[in-house]
Amino acid sequence: MGFYFAQLLTGLANASSLFLIASGLSIIFGVTRIVNFAHGSFYMVGAYLAYTLVTHWSGSVLGFWVSVILAAMIVGVIGLIIELTILRRIYHAPELFQLVATFGVVLIFQDGTLAIWGAEDLLGPRAPGLDSAVRIMGEPIPEYDLALIAIGPVVLLAIWLLFHKTRWGVLVRAATQDREMVGALGVNQAWLFSAAFVLGSFLAGLGGALQIPREAVSLQMDLSIIGEAFVVVVIGGMGSVSGAFVAAVLISVLNAFAILIFPQISIVLPFVIMAIVLIFRPHGLFGKPGSEKGAPEEPDQPLALMDQKSAMVLMAALLVLALSPLFTADFTSVLMVDVMVATLFAVSLHFMMGVGGMVSFGHAAYFGVGAYGAAMAVKFLGLGMISAMLFGPVCAAIAALFFGWFCVRLSGVYLAMLTLAAAQILWGVTFQWQEFTGGDDGILGVWPAKWASSDKVYFYIAFVLCIGGIWALRRVAFSPFGYILRGIRDSQTRAESIGIDTRFHQWMGFVLAGGFAGLAGVVFAFSKGSVFPDSLGIALSIDGLIMVLLGGIHALAGPILGAGAFVLIEDWVTRLDYWRFIFGAIILIVVLVAPDGIAGGVQRLLRGLKGGRA
Amino acid sequence: MLDVKNLGAWYGRAQILNGVSLSVGENEVVALMGRNGAGKSTTMKSIMGLVRHINGTIRYAEREVQGNTPHAICRLGMGYVPEDRRIFGDLTIEENLEVGRREPRPDAPEWTQEHLFELFPNLAERRKNLGKQLSGGEQQMLTIARTLMGNPKLVLLDEPSEGIAPVIVEQMARVIAELKREGLSVLISEQNLHFARIVSDRAFIIEKGEMRFEGSFADLDENPEISNTYLAV
Ligand SMILES: Nc1ncnc2c1ncn2[C@@H]1O[C@H](COP(=O)(O)OP(=O)(O)O)[C@@H](O)[C@H]1O
Ligand SMILES: [Mg+2]
Repeated sequence: MGFYFAQLLTGLANASSLFLIASGLSIIFGVTRIVNFAHGSFYMVGAYLAYTLVTHWSGSVLGFWVSVILAAMIVGVIGLIIELTILRRIYHAPELFQLVATFGVVLIFQDGTLAIWGAEDLLGPRAPGLDSAVRIMGEPIPEYDLALIAIGPVVLLAIWLLFHKTRWGVLVRAATQDREMVGALGVNQAWLFSAAFVLGSFLAGLGGALQIPREAVSLQMDLSIIGEAFVVVVIGGMGSVSGAFVAAVLISVLNAFAILIFPQISIVLPFVIMAIVLIFRPHGLFGKPGSEKGAPEEPDQPLALMDQKSAMVLMAALLVLALSPLFTADFTSVLMVDVMVATLFAVSLHFMMGVGGMVSFGHAAYFGVGAYGAAMAVKFLGLGMISAMLFGPVCAAIAALFFGWFCVRLSGVYLAMLTLAAAQILWGVTFQWQEFTGGDDGILGVWPAKWASSDKVYFYIAFVLCIGGIWALRRVAFSPFGYILRGIRDSQTRAESIGIDTRFHQWMGFVLAGGFAGLAGVVFAFSKGSVFPDSLGIALSIDGLIMVLLGGIHALAGPILGAGAFVLIEDWVTRLDYWRFIFGAIILIVVLVAPDGIAGGVQRLLRGLKGGRA
Repeated sequence: MLDVKNLGAWYGRAQILNGVSLSVGENEVVALMGRNGAGKSTTMKSIMGLVRHINGTIRYAEREVQGNTPHAICRLGMGYVPEDRRIFGDLTIEENLEVGRREPRPDAPEWTQEHLFELFPNLAERRKNLGKQLSGGEQQMLTIARTLMGNPKLVLLDEPSEGIAPVIVEQMARVIAELKREGLSVLISEQNLHFARIVSDRAFIIEKGEMRFEGSFADLDENPEISNTYLAV
């Protein structure tokens, strides 16, 4: 009995930090409608700052708590700077931009903290005055855990008072419901947003700072917490602080008990809970209908079929690509395969988002399932290359069939989050199921058949599959099915009113996009000879989003340009020190300077040139 | 006081307004009439700075305000009451009013919560209730009260009589008369000729984003074909 109670207390102590970071995320989303990936970075920086300050004032009780608060306040100021310099310019941009921009901030912070604090994990001192354990029902409970258990509700109460007893809080709550109306009533939204961002970053920093006595500070803290924080926000309902509290407690306590039964579960448990909650409550426990909508966007420009001139340019580029193995070195052919794989992946993601109107934060799942499907077909079924290449995409399509069924029941940010959850679940399974998937060691020896083993021959196989895949997706985008999908994207209610089964069409769109992502994964697996769990990871999903964004979401050629640019930039930049910083900066520059991506930028340039001539 | 010239407005690529001109004088109640989809709400939103893509000029309080943000326009003393009410459903009535509260202006009457509760007695009884618990008519009253908390000089009232019970419509007419008596100017959009005639001094008629008529109700009565063509009577 005492043991289970101790386990409950551990769960509750974990919940406090999770609640702090998630409440900040929820407040920021509620007011600004920005899905802030950089929130995990605020958490991490809070922890590093607290480490430095606490070790500086080591030993004194007052010093410890002042350090923690001070660290959180500095993070609040950092949040303010980011809001003023970056986010303020993109409040009207599509969600994808904001997401990718905040991911650029994540990269910059990763290298920033690396440069300041180094790569070693840092172990902070225990909290003075709370450094021993008390016995409760015979079990030792760290005093600091008890303090954390108290801090969660205290912060919740403080936020409640702030939101209900101050004018600022009332304005924030009003803005969470209808920002535009608050503006029309004379409130300067810009300052409201900044203030909400400062509060949110402060809370994230506080969450990180309070972790010092419990865990080592490391450079992985940012991305390891952000997934869970998203889950908490989504389960609680986007924008609801009390929802975040309930969800944080729910997840942490369930987790504390679940690991007793099945230790590996903790990676996937939050995502499973989220998937279950969303199926029964599509807006989370305390969310409201409409809370899933991101920032209001300018209506999409219609996709246009390419005019003759651009089609000719494209054909010429294809021809050059097709002939490139004849006059370039082998490593260029290998790089070109990477480009084609990335392009097919980006085009399939663009199909899902630009045509299907479903933003996916977890598209890599289907890429990875395709890759693993082919690898396992080779390894366990002894299939040859060609049959494995068929088997992989089928696996990916089946996975998409399964997860898509759940996802298309939701919309907006909730849909995006469920795709993320699906990807995390698949990633977790792959990572943990050592005997079957090889776990972290991956599956090796996935080589092409003998006749296809030269880089140049494999280039042509990749060429046929990738370019063929892209061509097929293009055809579908302009088929009646594609038009229906776009109709649903533009107005679900209108499509429903003329008798279209919107869910079914979206579901099929999801499956198609997943299958082609799987095809990209298959080509990838055979070109590398191996697959690893990264191929389903968040990072690859985000890479896909960056490619689509780099190219520009409104142009059909966008993902092609974006993927090409992405792979080439990555190939160049990852050879440098602090490449994350550089890459993050490039992302921010694209978002701020060419918000319509490369394709849009080129179009504008051409229009400018034409205008200049006329 | 308000002078709109050649206003054009777009949603995406669709042009909704085309060369709309209208004016509202000091302490005048002006009706903007037209059928559903004629462009009344878009006109009001454009004046308030809520439509991103517009052209033309909007002069208000001796300044050109086109291109300004909604909050800046509001702070010049323009109040906006949206047609779909847009009450903050999770806030109490008092909190809704608090969101609208602004400093008093020297050139406009000052409204306090208590004063507004006198004008809207049903709100007073339910001041601690959440916005979403109110009836449609009460919500309509609350949006007007919320806007008045900003002490505006000119109020843009978008279809205040739409979808509410006849007895509330009567109350609405009294409120508008009270606003005029207090010295405010009002631009009110309306489909109902009868109601517009009761509350306003003169009228504009808009159809498919273009202004078709400007004049008094007497002019309208003399040319019944105008209202027959452009209004659903
Ligand atoms: N947010 C919007 N996006 C696109 N079109 C809109 C939007 N709001 C209104 N419209 C269109 O603009 C036209 C005028 O609408 P509106 O100004 O609301 O008319 P009214 O208020 O006179 O009924 C209509 O054709 C309507 O469909
Ligand atoms: Mg209207």
